[in-house]
Amino acid sequence: MSPDLVKFLFGRLTWDAIPFHEPILLATFAVVALGGVAVLGLLTYYKAWGYLWREWLTSVDHKKIGVMYIILAIVMLLRGFADALMMRAQQAIAFGDHAGYLPPHHYDQIFTAHGVIMIFFVAMPLVTGLMNLVVPLQIGARDVAFPFLNNFSFWMTVGGAVTVMLSLFVGEFARTGWLAYPPLSNLAYSPDVGVDYYIWALQVAGVGTTLSGINLIVTIIKMRAPGLSLMKMPVFTWTSLCTNVLIVATFPILTATLALLTADRYLYTNFFTNDFGGNPMMYVNLIWIWGHPEVYILILPAFGVFSEVVSTFCGKRLFGYSSMVYATVVITILSYLVWLHHFFTMGSGASVNSFFGITTMIISIPTGAKIFNWLFTMYRGRIRFETPMLWTVGFMVTFVIGGMTGVLLAVPPADFVLHNSLFLIAHFHNVIIGGVVFGMFAGINYWFPKAFGFRLNSFWGKVSFWCWLVGFWVAFAPLYVLGLMGVTRRLNHFEDPSLQIWFVIAAIGAVIILFGILAFLVQIIVSIRDREALRDVTGDPWGGRTLEWATSSPPPAYNFAFTPVIHQIDAWWDMKQRGYERPTSGFIPIHMPANTGAGVVLAGISTVLGFAMIWHIWWLAALSFVALIGSTIVHTFNFKRDYYIPAEEVVRVEDERTQALRSLA
Amino acid sequence: MASHAQTLTAADADRFHMTEEHHPENGTLLGFWIYLMSDCLIFAVLFAAYAVLGRNYAAGPSGADLFELPVVAVNTGLLLFSSITYGFAMLSAQAGRKTPTLFWLAITGLFGAGFLTLELTEFAHLIHEGAGPQRSAFLSSFFTLVGTHGLHVTFGIIWLVTLMVQVGQRGLDEAMRRRLMCLSMFWHFLDVIWIGVFSFVYLLGVLK
Repeated sequence: MSPDLVKFLFGRLTWDAIPFHEPILLATFAVVALGGVAVLGLLTYYKAWGYLWREWLTSVDHKKIGVMYIILAIVMLLRGFADALMMRAQQAIAFGDHAGYLPPHHYDQIFTAHGVIMIFFVAMPLVTGLMNLVVPLQIGARDVAFPFLNNFSFWMTVGGAVTVMLSLFVGEFARTGWLAYPPLSNLAYSPDVGVDYYIWALQVAGVGTTLSGINLIVTIIKMRAPGLSLMKMPVFTWTSLCTNVLIVATFPILTATLALLTADRYLYTNFFTNDFGGNPMMYVNLIWIWGHPEVYILILPAFGVFSEVVSTFCGKRLFGYSSMVYATVVITILSYLVWLHHFFTMGSGASVNSFFGITTMIISIPTGAKIFNWLFTMYRGRIRFETPMLWTVGFMVTFVIGGMTGVLLAVPPADFVLHNSLFLIAHFHNVIIGGVVFGMFAGINYWFPKAFGFRLNSFWGKVSFWCWLVGFWVAFAPLYVLGLMGVTRRLNHFEDPSLQIWFVIAAIGAVIILFGILAFLVQIIVSIRDREALRDVTGDPWGGRTLEWATSSPPPAYNFAFTPVIHQIDAWWDMKQRGYERPTSGFIPIHMPANTGAGVVLAGISTVLGFAMIWHIWWLAALSFVALIGSTIVHTFNFKRDYYIPAEEVVRVEDERTQALRSLA
Repeated sequence: MASHAQTLTAADADRFHMTEEHHPENGTLLGFWIYLMSDCLIFAVLFAAYAVLGRNYAAGPSGADLFELPVVAVNTGLLLFSSITYGFAMLSAQAGRKTPTLFWLAITGLFGAGFLTLELTEFAHLIHEGAGPQRSAFLSSFFTLVGTHGLHVTFGIIWLVTLMVQVGQRGLDEAMRRRLMCLSMFWHFLDVIWIGVFSFVYLLGVLK
């Protein structure tokens, strides 16, 4: 074939893009490929493809989509954590004459990928997954407001994750850090595909995130059961509402900012270049106008989980419900007014820095109010130290310390000393691991029985918790020390041998966290093995207070045979107190949304479009763009998007539950 | 509205579940409204970028050198009229009259296409003069802001044609009226954005 034709067909994709010369990547690829073949083989052997497609991949059921989000997050957690281990290993050995085992261009990709994956493809899917699973149940709805859009959003998130994973084996990932500041991320300094992988992965996933934000807002506003006024909503639903408002208020900014960077890289415009009037500083402002609210997008649902867990496992109403709601709303608003504290040192001047320093410190007030509310809920409660409660207590201790180092960094003069140092790294891992990750593990342990009908093994859950808690402190306390000594972030080699011991300790901490992750996987496997012993027939294994515990576990496709009527905060507790009897007759047909494969198709085409753009395969990009528009239009001609579950089917499902409950008594 | 979340009827006072079917309000219009606000933020970023970069000519041409206000005035007129004709289409749709609805939608589409033609001509002219988006940060932000608006109009026209086909097939049932309402909001939203572009970019641009 002529070189021109090859270039036309494959763009800048050549055999050189496949990392044959990198043994680490080859071995990883071999493992991933073997694992993938094994999974595909098993699916084929058990003839599970049809089941998987009909019941899961095309499902618009919010519970299944929630579960799929969480599975995606756990898979990506393994990838992101592998990156973390590699960095810890490199920094523990790369001193003096020893260069370590990761060359800079590889190391830089790893820390970039670690940040991107952990935020966008671990934390976000965990949060979105839990919200999907729980919110419609807590408000007594049958599904979300736009069930198809929900499925589409999930697959767009998967498309982004696939794009990031592809960069491991085809080409390379960005070497810019997780926010890809220009001018480094611009063409002049990053001409290869790394930044393009970054851009298109985030754009594809970002569409999904924005749409799922809109979806959940409308769900919470429009689909609450009768009587569930805003100030009676469970706190998790409240925090979800605020989180989704933040998603809709900020993700478009990320989209637009990355689009401008894309224009710089593909159309040679001058938004963030050093010459022709470009202004790289504008990128830093814009990306943090998204980036700071993003951390609240992650932490607010975790706060919601802790609120549910604390009141359930202390057997009390949540202390200070209204103040909890107002604190959440205040945090939502303030999170938009603090972005500049991420770059105090970049020359905004004393007045601007003071303003943003003060707004940042103010956020600790509503957050502190929340901590006290949880503590007062525990005060004189009958505390049951089940796994979710352990995570919650671990969070309170860890997060408060992380919050205090945050207030420290909010003081501009202190920040001038500490910025860009390992102190900062320790701080944000302190709040993201101690807050978001602990919260999500609490949530998974808490709601797992609701999703699957059996509890998670508590021994392995506790092993996982203690490994995470201890591992976190062993891994990150040394980084606080190193940061105070002035060690900067993102280095892959050190000269001063006296620092090495701290990095070795940090690496040991990372290994302890590894045991925490492994214990979590063991916990899931053991629980599936022992599912009959762990079975919960009641649907209310913890003595819950909110509406999701009123239905069976797992809930039927329609969630509630009859829409509940709500009278009080903690609706289910109220129902139990007032001798509520589950209805056993009079069932009517239930109107439900129908499954569709359109989400998989549209997200698949979007991912191909991204890949074609990354590698400059213009014909494929044009083709997939046209296909994308075409399939969207075709999808709008499908007006048959719902069906009725016949009354007999509802009777059958509910009778089964009646039998099960009777056999219990 | 009896089923609305905040209000409990007397019959609900001492029961914990409904015995009839619960119909939550349709959330499409609210959802679309929220989507528009998210789109508005994208434009906010582009306006902000223009505010920061709009005077960075890099020794190249400025707005005063380039913009031809009469053309822009015609363009603005086309878009504003298209909003009025879309309004007529919605009035006909509410009245359930299919042919006038299709007629006014077609007129709206033609006005939109006219707008795009003029805009593309202007772009081609600028690029031909060496004032393309690569020339300076000012021109980068100008082309991106105006071009993104134009791209929205393009998608609006594709959407409009799709809806015309569907109205032709199904008539003006509830689903179609809801879809027309969404596109109506989208179309008027683009008008509002254009007024911003017109004042902020063109009028202030020639003032110098």
